[in-house]
Amino acid sequence: MSSTSSQSAVYARIRRNPRFAELVSKRQGFATILSVIVLTIFYGFFMVVAFQPQVIGKRLSEGSYLTVGIAFELFMFIFFWVLTAVYVKRANGEFDEITAEVIRDASKEVK
Amino acid sequence: MLARLNLALLALLAPALSFAGDAISATEKQPLNLHAIGMFVLFVSMTLGITYWAAGRTKSASDFYTAGGGITGFQNGLAIAGDYMSAATLLGLTALVYTKGVDGYIYMIAFFAGWPIILFLMAERLRNLGKFTFADITSYRLNQGKVRTMAAVSSLTVVCFYLVAQMVGAGQLIKLLFGLDYNIALFVVGALMMVYVTFGGMVATTWVQIIKACMLLAGGTLVMVLAMSQFGFSFENMMSQAISLHSLGEKLLFPGSLLPDPVTALSLGLGLMFGTAGLPHILMRFFTVTNAKEARKSVLYASGFVAYFFNVILLMGFAAIIIVGQNPEFFEGGKIGGKIVGGGNMIAMHLAKAVGGNLLLGFLSAVAFATILAVVSGLALAGAAAISHDIYARVIRKGKATETEELRVSRFASVGLGLVAIVLGIAFEKMNVAFMVALAFGIAASANFPVLILSMYWRGLTTRGAIAGGYAGLVAAVLLVVFSKSVWVTVLGNAQALFPYDQPALFSMPLAFLITFIVSKLDNSAEAQAERAAFEDQYVRAQTGFGAAEASSH
Repeated sequence: MSSTSSQSAVYARIRRNPRFAELVSKRQGFATILSVIVLTIFYGFFMVVAFQPQVIGKRLSEGSYLTVGIAFELFMFIFFWVLTAVYVKRANGEFDEITAEVIRDASKEVK
Repeated sequence: MLARLNLALLALLAPALSFAGDAISATEKQPLNLHAIGMFVLFVSMTLGITYWAAGRTKSASDFYTAGGGITGFQNGLAIAGDYMSAATLLGLTALVYTKGVDGYIYMIAFFAGWPIILFLMAERLRNLGKFTFADITSYRLNQGKVRTMAAVSSLTVVCFYLVAQMVGAGQLIKLLFGLDYNIALFVVGALMMVYVTFGGMVATTWVQIIKACMLLAGGTLVMVLAMSQFGFSFENMMSQAISLHSLGEKLLFPGSLLPDPVTALSLGLGLMFGTAGLPHILMRFFTVTNAKEARKSVLYASGFVAYFFNVILLMGFAAIIIVGQNPEFFEGGKIGGKIVGGGNMIAMHLAKAVGGNLLLGFLSAVAFATILAVVSGLALAGAAAISHDIYARVIRKGKATETEELRVSRFASVGLGLVAIVLGIAFEKMNVAFMVALAFGIAASANFPVLILSMYWRGLTTRGAIAGGYAGLVAAVLLVVFSKSVWVTVLGNAQALFPYDQPALFSMPLAFLITFIVSKLDNSAEAQAERAAFEDQYVRAQTGFGAAEASSH
């Protein structure tokens, strides 16, 4: 599976390209922020389930059967999915354009 | 061609059907479910037709393992959803909401929340680094023999437990729904699985999963809409009735017996979330798409379908409290509140019958059967890949096996796994196999996930660290489940569980990370230095996809 020497040469050129560093830091930063948001909300919710279970069953308004737990979970389902859509949109657009450019530049130099 | 396949299929089913007649007259007087059998035969002939078509297109190893890498993001999204939502999802989670209320919903968000994390942290790297199995990634710069062997061992462990849980569930379900004898049901499932995987490889498996996902989404939606129509589509209306009728009353809205203490709740959350990211049959699906772009789209579609369906299940479960729970027809001896006919897992089926009659029951039964077939096929393919690609081609033959030889081994492996699944399914018939799914997720989260994520993110990972941490996670997860109530007390008959929780991930996963980290840090061998140096190239490829396995054109 390890890379061949000509591939290694391209990898080395990609590494030297400042656009590559930009791509990695932008994309990694974005992915990290989104992951932290998901993990915080998810484990925050599980902390409430674990330590304050009575909050989960609280009604949002008097006489309504929509509880904090059900409403918040529905929110998580929708919000997490929206975050995946946001990531896919940016990664498949902006980030992939930089990626293509970086690969193009590194391959061009070979010839 | 199709006609000939159908004929062969009828011949295959004919003895089974006559056996079924005996079984029914001998035991419970379940009417032969003709709608269900008709729709199931339709599904099977369609998928066998596809398998025949796929067999003509499965020539190379890449075709067999990853459908030549030519699946689109949308198709793969459906297939992932089809792979992920097993019969346990449809039946088990509906039953969970029916009996425990909001506990079931909490379970579902834990099953779901792994997906965004897989997308943000793993999807594109998986696609850029992997070829056929996730061991391609963990062994990318580490010792091939040792790391692949470990990945294959833990993959096969996960696959076997998951497979047995599915087979036992399948046998019991089919016995009940179709009136087929348990053993015959297992043979039918095992045989169909072997045919799909052996002849059609990933192309056939993918399409079986896509068709099944569509059936599941359509069937679930239909039942949900019909059920909700009885409450004027009002959530409030349904909930007020459900709470006044259910024995738990208001407690339906609070976390209950499923999550009795903080450790259980957190361990479950951790195990389900990161277990998803370590299931070999799910990871393998990322290698079937053309590039990282499509891999990301797969997660977007898959998680959309999964999220939607979980919410459908929530509504089905609550509606069933009123529609099924108040109908004497669905209780043994007609006693409301007594034992549910066919056991607690049948709630979704009873709901289908109550709102849509025998036709809808038949459809949902066929969906459940199709679901089992699709999931076991995906599992068998992942297991076969671990045997033929990792162990045979890379470890035993050290990369010198020809493609023909590797393919032959993978087909033998598929048949072998099918036989193992049938035999174990029969052996475990009378056992409560619920722990096996917990175990599969626990091992995936503890043995596969830590090594996989560290191999992609951490330069310092070495072979010794990966091996020590991976095996530690595997052994810890297995031991903790063996010592937990579900095995130590329920299966082995001891009085007191040695490990008080059911889900091991909270303990075994950090252990695996810690040991991997410490052993890697202490490793200063020449190999370790070379492995760290090799991270640089791997990193560029993971980020850009340059040099990644290409899609083969058809």
